[in-house]
Amino acid sequence: MLNRNSANVKIKKKGSFIKYFAAHWQLYLMIALPLSVLLIFSYGPMYGVILAFKNYKVSLGIWDSPWADNYGFNNFIRFFNNYNFKECFRNTLVVSIYSMVVSIPCSILLAISLNYTKNILFKKAAQLITYCPYFISTIVFVGIINIIMDNRTGVIGSVLYNHFGINVLGSAGLFPSLYVWTGVWQGIGFGAIIYIAALAGVDMEQHEAAIIDGATLLQRIRFVDIPAIIPTVVIMMILNMGSLLNVGYEKVLAMQNQNNLITSEIITTYSYKVSLVSTFPDYPYSTAIGLFQSLIGLFLILAANKIANKVSGTGFM
Amino acid sequence: MKSRRITQDKVVYFVNYILLTLLLIVVLYPIIYIISCSFSSGNALMTGKVKFFPVGFTLDSYETVFKYKSIWTGFKNSLTYTVCGALISIILTLFAAYPLSREDFRGRKIVTGLFLFTMMFSGGLIPTFMLVKNLKMINTMWAVILPGAVSAYNVIVARTFFNQTIPKELLEASKMDGCSDFKFFSMIVIPLSKPIIAVLSLWVTVSLWNSYFNPMIYINSVDKYPLQLVLRKIILMSQVDLSSANVDPMMVAKNRNLSEMLKYGTIIISSLPLMIAYPFVQKYFVKGVMIGSVKG
Repeated sequence: MLNRNSANVKIKKKGSFIKYFAAHWQLYLMIALPLSVLLIFSYGPMYGVILAFKNYKVSLGIWDSPWADNYGFNNFIRFFNNYNFKECFRNTLVVSIYSMVVSIPCSILLAISLNYTKNILFKKAAQLITYCPYFISTIVFVGIINIIMDNRTGVIGSVLYNHFGINVLGSAGLFPSLYVWTGVWQGIGFGAIIYIAALAGVDMEQHEAAIIDGATLLQRIRFVDIPAIIPTVVIMMILNMGSLLNVGYEKVLAMQNQNNLITSEIITTYSYKVSLVSTFPDYPYSTAIGLFQSLIGLFLILAANKIANKVSGTGFM
Repeated sequence: MKSRRITQDKVVYFVNYILLTLLLIVVLYPIIYIISCSFSSGNALMTGKVKFFPVGFTLDSYETVFKYKSIWTGFKNSLTYTVCGALISIILTLFAAYPLSREDFRGRKIVTGLFLFTMMFSGGLIPTFMLVKNLKMINTMWAVILPGAVSAYNVIVARTFFNQTIPKELLEASKMDGCSDFKFFSMIVIPLSKPIIAVLSLWVTVSLWNSYFNPMIYINSVDKYPLQLVLRKIILMSQVDLSSANVDPMMVAKNRNLSEMLKYGTIIISSLPLMIAYPFVQKYFVKGVMIGSVKG
C-alpha cells in the first residue's frame, strides 16, 4: 500500500514537472538575469584562477600556456620565498587583527552608552553625528588624515611633532595605529547600529528582575546586556574572520607613502603592484597571491563558523 | 543600600553623558576643522593658523572649485556611474531575491548556495581584471558598474526582507485570482518593498559614489574619470593644474597657495551630496543592518 502510494507520487511528480514549469517559468526568467551576471563576473574569474598555475604567455592565452614549474606551484613558491612575503603577511595580520580587536569593542561600548542615554534628542543627535564619517569617501578621508596629521601645518600633527617629536605620517611604526584609530573614527557609529538593535531586543523583564535583586546599572550591563549581545558579536567576528587577509586595501593603498611602506604594504596592495602598476606585470604571480589569500579567507570563515557552532551554537550556517 | 545603588547609577548615567559628549567632540572636530579651513586664506592654511574658526575668511577656495573644470567633469561622470549602477544593481538584486524567497521555487537551495559561495571565495584581482579586459569593457562605464552589480550579501538581505514582509496568503489569494508571478511581483511585492529598496539604494549609491579602486584600474582616459579619481589627483597627489583648468588667472595671482586651498573646497563639495542625503534615509539603514543581521 505504502509502496504503491510513493510510486504514484513519483509518477505524478514527473508528469507535473511540465505543469510546474508552466506555472513557474516567470520566476526562472526573473532570476536568469542576475544569475548570469553572477556566473560571468563572480564565477568567471574563478576559472581565471588556473592562471596561478601557469607560465603565462600572452600569445597563447590562459588555457594554452604551459604549466608552471614545480608541478604548477612555482608562482606560489616564488611568493613564499620572496622577501616581501613575510613582511606583507605580517603587516596584513597586524592591521586586521588590531583593527578587529579595537573596533568591535568600541562599537559595543558606544551602543551600550547610547542605550542608556535617556535624553531622546541627545541620543538621536549622537547617532546622526557618529554616522556622518561613514559617508566620507576613502580618498577624502585619507586626505583629511594627511591634512590634520601633517607635521608642519596639521592641527594635531604639528602639536605632536613640535612637543613630542612624533612624525605621525612619516613613521612606519605608527601606521597600524593610525589606520585602526582613524577607522574607529569613521566606523564606530555605523558599527554600533547592529549592537543597538541587539540591545533593543533584550527582555525588559530581566532588567526589572535584576533591579529588584538590587543590581546596579553596571551590574545589569555586565550580567544582562553583555550576554544578550554575545551571539551578535560572534557573528560579526566570524564575518570579520573571512576578510582577515582582505583588510580595507583601498584605504591602505591611499594611505601609503614612502615612509610607511615597511608596515603598510599588505598582501592585496603588493599583488596589485606586481601586476597592474609594474613595468613588468606578472599576472600569474599576482593571481597566485590572490588565490592564496582567498583560500585562507575561505578556510578561516569556515573554521571560525565551526568553532562558534561548537562552543556556543551561534554560527551563521 | 538601595539609595547607595541609586547614587551609583546616577553617577554612571552622568559619566555616560560626559563620555558621549567627548566622543561627539572628537568625531565632529575634524569635520568642523576642514570646513573652517575651506573658508580660510591660503596663508593661514600654510602656516597652520586655523584651529577652530576660519582665519582670513574668504570664498576663493570655493570659487576655484567651481571654475576647476575637471572636478565638474568628474562630478558628472560619478553621477552617471552611480545612477546607472544603482539602478542596474537594485533591479538585478530584486530579481534574484524574489524567486529565492519563494518556497515553491525549485532549485532554491542550489541557487542560494551559488550566491552564498561568492561571499566566501572570489577569483581575485587579476582574473577579474582579465575577464573585464576580454569582455572589452576597459575604459567604459560597464567595467565600473557590472562586476559588483550583484552582491550576494544584498541579495540575501532582500530575500530575508521578502520572507518577512510578504505574507504567503497574499500570494495564494492572488494566484486564485489568476495573477501571474510577474504581475504579483510588480503590483504587490514592489510597492511593499520601499524600505528594502531604500536600503539597497543607499548601500549601492554610497559604495559607487565613494569607490576609487575599480575606476582606477579600469578607467584610463581622464575625461571619463569619476570624481574620486579627480579628487585623488588633487588631494592626495597634489597634482593641480590651475592654468589649464579654466581658473581665473587673477585669482591665481591673488592667492599664492590657491592649489592648497582648492583641496579643502573639493573635500567639502564632493562630500556634500551624501552628507545632505543620509539623515533622510537614516531610519532605513538602521532597518537594513537589522535585516542583514538575521541569520542567513
